[in-house]
Amino acid sequence: METYTLIVLLMAATIRMATPLLLAAMAGLFSERSGVIDLGLEGKMLGAAFAAAAVSATTGSVWLGLGAGILTAVALALVIGYACITHRGNQVVAGMAVTIMVVGLGPTLGLAWFNLGGQTPQLDGAGQRFTSLVWPWAETAREMPLPGLLYAELLSGQNLLVYFAAALVPFSAWIFYRTRFGLRLRAVGENPHAVDTAGISVNGLRYQAVIISGVLCGFAGTYLSTAASSGFVRDMTAGKGYLALAALIFGKWKPWPTLGACLLFAFTDALATRLQGVALPVVGVVPVQFILALPYVLTVLLLAGFVGQAVAPKAIGVPYSK
Amino acid sequence: MSKEPAAPPFTPPDAPPALELRGIDKRFGAVHANRAITFAVAAGSIHGLIGENGAGKSTLMNIVYGFHRADAGEIRVQGRAVEIGSPQEAIAAGIGMVHQHFMLVENFTVLENVVLGVEGGALLAGGLAAARAELGRLARDYGLEVPLDAVVSELSVGLQQRVEILKALYRGAEVLILDEPTAVLTPHEANQLFTMLRALRAQGKAVILVTHKLREIMAVTDRVTVMKQGAVVAEVATRETSPRGLAEHMVGRAVLLQVEKRPARPGAVLLTVKALEVQDRLGVVRLKNVSFALRAGEIVGIAGVAGNGQSELLEVLAGTRAASRGEISFGGRDLVREQLDPRARRAFGLAHVPEDRLRMGVVAGFSAADNAMLGYHDAARFNRGGLRDEAAILAACAAKMAEFDVRPSRPELRLAAFSGGNQQKLVLAREIDADPAVLLIGQPTRGVDIGAIEFIHKRLIALRDAGKAMLLVSVELDEILALADRILVMNGGEIIGELSRADATEEKIGLMMAGVRAEVSA
Repeated sequence: METYTLIVLLMAATIRMATPLLLAAMAGLFSERSGVIDLGLEGKMLGAAFAAAAVSATTGSVWLGLGAGILTAVALALVIGYACITHRGNQVVAGMAVTIMVVGLGPTLGLAWFNLGGQTPQLDGAGQRFTSLVWPWAETAREMPLPGLLYAELLSGQNLLVYFAAALVPFSAWIFYRTRFGLRLRAVGENPHAVDTAGISVNGLRYQAVIISGVLCGFAGTYLSTAASSGFVRDMTAGKGYLALAALIFGKWKPWPTLGACLLFAFTDALATRLQGVALPVVGVVPVQFILALPYVLTVLLLAGFVGQAVAPKAIGVPYSK
Repeated sequence: MSKEPAAPPFTPPDAPPALELRGIDKRFGAVHANRAITFAVAAGSIHGLIGENGAGKSTLMNIVYGFHRADAGEIRVQGRAVEIGSPQEAIAAGIGMVHQHFMLVENFTVLENVVLGVEGGALLAGGLAAARAELGRLARDYGLEVPLDAVVSELSVGLQQRVEILKALYRGAEVLILDEPTAVLTPHEANQLFTMLRALRAQGKAVILVTHKLREIMAVTDRVTVMKQGAVVAEVATRETSPRGLAEHMVGRAVLLQVEKRPARPGAVLLTVKALEVQDRLGVVRLKNVSFALRAGEIVGIAGVAGNGQSELLEVLAGTRAASRGEISFGGRDLVREQLDPRARRAFGLAHVPEDRLRMGVVAGFSAADNAMLGYHDAARFNRGGLRDEAAILAACAAKMAEFDVRPSRPELRLAAFSGGNQQKLVLAREIDADPAVLLIGQPTRGVDIGAIEFIHKRLIALRDAGKAMLLVSVELDEILALADRILVMNGGEIIGELSRADATEEKIGLMMAGVRAEVSA
């Protein structure tokens, strides 16, 4: 029974860690399927994390924080869009530039506004964070071993953003494969010339995709600073934006496989946290650095060897000109 | 998108033309691409638009399809003046276009490609069902059968083109523009296309066929408009003209369409290829079991639909691609086993005029003089004391320009400033200058105008008569027939048959290009 509890707790940790990855990966999915490389994921997420925490701390409302996070990420997305779509700039450079800018700007503004060494104030007031929603009977169910614990730890006890992220996957799949917008989005990432000759605006579609990416990054960043922790700290995304991009590639730019990749990465992350200081059979206690590097080593191995030929949208990274 | 109702000054006795252009004028900076173009296309007719590269055909059609906006002039559809500022407005006006490079999303199904842009609602299901029914009707009416659920990338080029035509018809096109539609087709597929176009004509559609191939104009059009330097220089009924007459209009002087040549007198074997095989990076076999011999004083033509291994053959012979198996004997050496690089091969007398001039043959940003010695820049005559001998380089280029009639004859000018024909003449001059024994030539007249084609063909035949061996790869069957003494036909990476020039007919070659093996003659 002890093992069983351990496994359920591991799964719960996986879900918590997968949420920001999944939100960011879905953001990247929209952008990249339209043909715009989304290397700005990290920056947009970090910017949103800062804005959400700052606004939530000052206004006392996490919902205003979410709004600020979304607006910030969308504004950053539009910067990338303006550079890459309107002016046909290099998408890699634009995304990296935005990320580098936000990495410096967040703590700088934080220092100026809150004077807390670049952090935002601790979010501990009522309504300043997204807190876990406890479903009915959860505490009672916890006593029942098998399904009860699953119900209490996995279905119940998550915050709103987790449920939102979970619902996003089937919703995105539906958008991509069942709607006009999805058809056009997939087309513009494969052959923008075909879209243009069909009388549809290539730039218009790409701006829509980039804005959607901004909105979802806003959710991802807000999750990091107001749900997973209670405030913004320097570099709190810690490469999650790039990991999300890796998950997207591993998931071959498709919603469901991308969910699988996010869960896998999150699981290794959760496992790494669990394994710290635990004596393993044969090798004994492994230095914590090795354990923490596990998800990244796995990423490199997966991308190098096991994905096979990842078929990217054909027009990705290529600015459109007639 | 017609903003003003039709208000013609008088009512014409018969129906108005399906498409009428009046005084279309367009400048791009200093270039006057279209000068007051006026012509009309009647419903139920096939109208040819012919002219050399840069004559302004594409600009004109792009104006009609809404990619560019004319500086002046009027477009009338079915007698009504229309404003066309985007492809969407062109589609709404009943104009459809089949582009030379297909505008298809390759990993979509045929059905998805057809409905893209006219999905008929925010959700796909209804629109796809309606399209399926409508396409069934079009297939019956015009004989345009296409598997609707097949993924486009798995279709043959001919079928992909059919999808493009279906796309236009599904959008209600009454005027259908086809830009160089046969460039990628086998002769057989081209004939099928013409049959389709005649069916469209019978149903009252107006078809505009943009091409530079005189033969197609003669075969299928009712009227033909000839453009030169941005202006219409002639418009005639097809049956009242001839290929020779059209060529004269295009170039502005009499042109030899078929260069005269004596029968070849092949000499010693210079180059032998045995069981050559090439695999690409993905392990796909691009060339299999290719064997042939090349003799002094003959031109061997390689015919085939683009992408059937001709490019790989040229590259592996020139040394820019590695063979995985087989033998290339030249000058007593095995080029495959010794893995000689292109530069060593050139030094031994194996010169190469690459297929893709701009990608592999020249550096467009360099001067003509530098391009004229590219690859031979180490030669003693271009260097003095370890430095470039500028005077010698310029003089050598000037001499080549004079000999090959390259215009303008200014060696210091950037190569990009020269027309395709003049660039090609310079490349040819460079490779011939080294006096190679064997010359590999890819697409010698791609993007080259008719006047320069005549010049290049004459030079190649003169070289043959001087005892050089030449391997000619061209997608233009006419060119192969005009130059080659022997013809090898490639399909799927194999040499599928060999014909002597005397035996070769377009039909025989066309069948082989499509993959039908020649019966082994007794």
